[in-house]
Amino acid sequence: MNYFKQDLASLHADLVAKKISAKELTQATFDNIKATDPKIDAFLTLNEDAALKQADAIDAQGIAADQPLAGIPVALKDNLVTKDLKTTAASKILENFNPVYDATAVSKLANAQMVTIGKTNLDEFAMGGSTENSAFKTTKNAWDQTKVPGGSSGGSAAAVASGQVPVALGSDTGGSIRQPAAFNGIVGIKPTYGRVSRWGLIAFGSSLDQIGPMTRSVKDNATILSAIAGHDDHDLTSSTQAVPDFAADLNDATSVKGLRIGLPKEFLAEGVDDGVKAAILAAADTYRKLGATVDEVSLPHNKYGVAAYYIIGSSEASSNLQRFDGIRYGYRADDVKNLEDVYVKSRSEGFGEEVKRRIMLGTFSLSAGFYDAYFLKAAKVRTVIINDFKAVLKDHDFIMGPVAPTTAFGIGDEIKDPITMYMNDVLTIPVNLAGLPGLSLPAGFSNNLPVGMQLIGRPFDESTLYKAGYAFEQNTDFHLQLPTLGGQN
Amino acid sequence: MNFETTIGLEVHIELKTHSKIFSPSPVAYGADPNANTNVIDWGYPGVLPTTNKGVVADGIIAALALHATVEKHTHFDRKNYFYPDNPKAYQITQSDKPIGHDGWVEIDVDGVKKKIGIAEMHIEEDAGKNTHERDYSYVDLNRQGTPLIEIVSKPDIASPAEAYAYLEALRQRIQFTGISDVKMEEGSMRVDVNISVRPVGQEKFGTKTELKNLNSFNYVQRGLEYEEQRQQQVLMSGGAVQQETRRFDEKTGETILMRVKAGADDYRYFPEPDLPALNISDDWIKELGDAMPEMPTKRRERYVNDLGLTDYDAMVITQTKEMSDFFDATVALKADPKMAANYLQGDVNAYLNEKQVDLQATKLTPANLAGMINLISDGTISSKMAKKVFKAITDGEEPKAYVEAHGLVQLSDPAKLQPIIDDVLSANPQSIEDFNNGKKRAVGFLVGQIMKQTHGQANPQVVNKLLMAALQQ
Repeated sequence: MNYFKQDLASLHADLVAKKISAKELTQATFDNIKATDPKIDAFLTLNEDAALKQADAIDAQGIAADQPLAGIPVALKDNLVTKDLKTTAASKILENFNPVYDATAVSKLANAQMVTIGKTNLDEFAMGGSTENSAFKTTKNAWDQTKVPGGSSGGSAAAVASGQVPVALGSDTGGSIRQPAAFNGIVGIKPTYGRVSRWGLIAFGSSLDQIGPMTRSVKDNATILSAIAGHDDHDLTSSTQAVPDFAADLNDATSVKGLRIGLPKEFLAEGVDDGVKAAILAAADTYRKLGATVDEVSLPHNKYGVAAYYIIGSSEASSNLQRFDGIRYGYRADDVKNLEDVYVKSRSEGFGEEVKRRIMLGTFSLSAGFYDAYFLKAAKVRTVIINDFKAVLKDHDFIMGPVAPTTAFGIGDEIKDPITMYMNDVLTIPVNLAGLPGLSLPAGFSNNLPVGMQLIGRPFDESTLYKAGYAFEQNTDFHLQLPTLGGQN
Repeated sequence: MNFETTIGLEVHIELKTHSKIFSPSPVAYGADPNANTNVIDWGYPGVLPTTNKGVVADGIIAALALHATVEKHTHFDRKNYFYPDNPKAYQITQSDKPIGHDGWVEIDVDGVKKKIGIAEMHIEEDAGKNTHERDYSYVDLNRQGTPLIEIVSKPDIASPAEAYAYLEALRQRIQFTGISDVKMEEGSMRVDVNISVRPVGQEKFGTKTELKNLNSFNYVQRGLEYEEQRQQQVLMSGGAVQQETRRFDEKTGETILMRVKAGADDYRYFPEPDLPALNISDDWIKELGDAMPEMPTKRRERYVNDLGLTDYDAMVITQTKEMSDFFDATVALKADPKMAANYLQGDVNAYLNEKQVDLQATKLTPANLAGMINLISDGTISSKMAKKVFKAITDGEEPKAYVEAHGLVQLSDPAKLQPIIDDVLSANPQSIEDFNNGKKRAVGFLVGQIMKQTHGQANPQVVNKLLMAALQQ
């Protein structure tokens, strides 16, 4: 048996049949991580003692057939707050922070008796697209350890792709689930804004942030989204829309028949690598063969998305990150003379360069005299982008395109060039601005690195994306190809 | 040179809700530091605010009470600044679309009535409290998230006396709605003032100063009076008023420079993304409006026009809703309005002052006060006896039962009084002679003897009438 390639359903079947106990699976997971993580550095914190204890308790209780997630390991991006388990957001300012409560998504998985294995690396406060902005370590791509895993949920993506865990949670503010999923050849969804409670997600851009699952298959992804989604009294921006059992409908490999798919010409324009383009065009052909129509459509204002996003996201972040002031928790500088010193020194020493850049950008955008020209203008651009999507999705069931213009780039290649780095998110950012669901799934390879395809749907219509993703997966074998890292996989 | 004064008031009113505006922590006083807090109040990573609907309702009620327009499509904004008592380093408030705008209250200064405009009112959260000791500073977040309404006046207030009257009008109207205790001494009403003077005829407002440490309406008026004079003198001596914040000194009655303002603060306001916009329905506004109690101005009109009270009596009775409600209930039980008003202003107020309690915390009831007044009106007891009865009703006793139990019933029946008078007259022939010789003092002596015989229960009016008739025979 190789537990590190199994999907959730088969792990569950083995647990129910007692082919393996939850404790054995948990122990094997830690053993495997210890063997493989020195190569990819996906984890910041391991939860070994508590996880083994929890697995023991689950075994003692027994796993029933109606507990599909019980005893199954999960990794959590380290910007999700976990009770008594160190939560750093990959920032020095929270280096020794042990929260007193669990994020809603975390407690939902705990209630389903998933076993929290540990906390995964990210760009500090989820700001970045390569996980190089972590204050603690640089995670490597599961396929090629000279390449970045993408970001900001790079640790979660690499952990899932390398077989360390079958499931990880990430968060996506401008592409932070979808892009690392694409770079590592796995499945990731940025759910509709409001689908998953943000309670306990350390806020970056409050109007953009969403938590979502990262898995090796579409069905696994759908299973986890159903488990974490739903209205939460703690989050008034969470939706009261009913949450379907997304995975239950995934059994028909031809369910895209008759669907209309839009392929925006802007998504294959200049700047998109030929290899990426070829994979997406091939995917379009696959959908046509399955009986869907694929039309060229246009999202004319897509190109303004990056600019609007870096104003809105940074403005919200500049306010959200003010609470890290050295007063109540987290890092406080030594050698301070007065209150001003506590603030200035703690924040100067506690935050990394990219976080400071965005705080400055956001602070500027909200300042008196600049608010109208920047924040307000960006908010208007956001409305225009929403309307672009509405127009296309009116007569198309979903939109397809690449997740990112390129495959994973080299570690160190772009970190000194923020603008180039920001442009990596040109195809994912507009989806956050519009609050729509975006699914990233493997669609081929270019230069021996995975290419990700993005499916963008109507608000709260993750079902259609999962069905289309499932159909694609059943008719291709990209998701079955796994990187080789040694260890037990 | 003649000057005119412009005063602006920003009044913060603390709402009496059970829980905080954006967290379920209780709003209560006297708890240990940080006992009434949770992760939201701490500004903990990952937390989100949730809106207390009761606070929005209170905002609507305040807007209606102050004749303001309710903003039906509104939202919260963030006001960003660093301070240890401000754990998120932003305050959730309303800047862009306050819940109420363009209201007014009517004031009366020395019989002159005037409407003072209210620019806007908004709902927001209070901050915590910092305390400082020798080597440490402490932060108590119990107050963090306590709901506030801030009410901003238009530049209509032209004198310190008008400022006082405006505050009194605001306090009364808000007090009557029941959304706040509005007590400055307890911090549930706080006032920031600014004042400027300019030569009469000058179009541009003068440079304004802000005053701090004004902890009562009196201090507000006195601080403004001092500051008005000070600014006039600065201008008359050819100087210029600085934009500055000054502290009122309660002992000297002067204002003292605290700090000079250099430019405006930049709070980087923007819409709060964690809270959905508020859409307030007409039905909700109507429902809240219909449930609102009658306001003090309306009650005063009613008291003067329908019940015959003086303006002054009506004003005193409407100081608090509790007093006014008590009065209405007493009058509804057929008590004479004038007597009810007199008792409330006199004996009741004296009792409340002596005991330092609010009316609702006593054992006094409208039924018992009305019962006592009616016993006076129908002659059962005298005003003098009523003193004893009043003391009894402050202990919660029923007046009629008390009067009977203590034999306090007044003797008014002439048939019963006549024999006693006759006896007293027979026993005091000297007094009759004195009376006949024009010594009126003799009457007093005789009345005293009669009262003595009746243990003080004789009705003095009846005794007088019968005695005079007997003497003049």
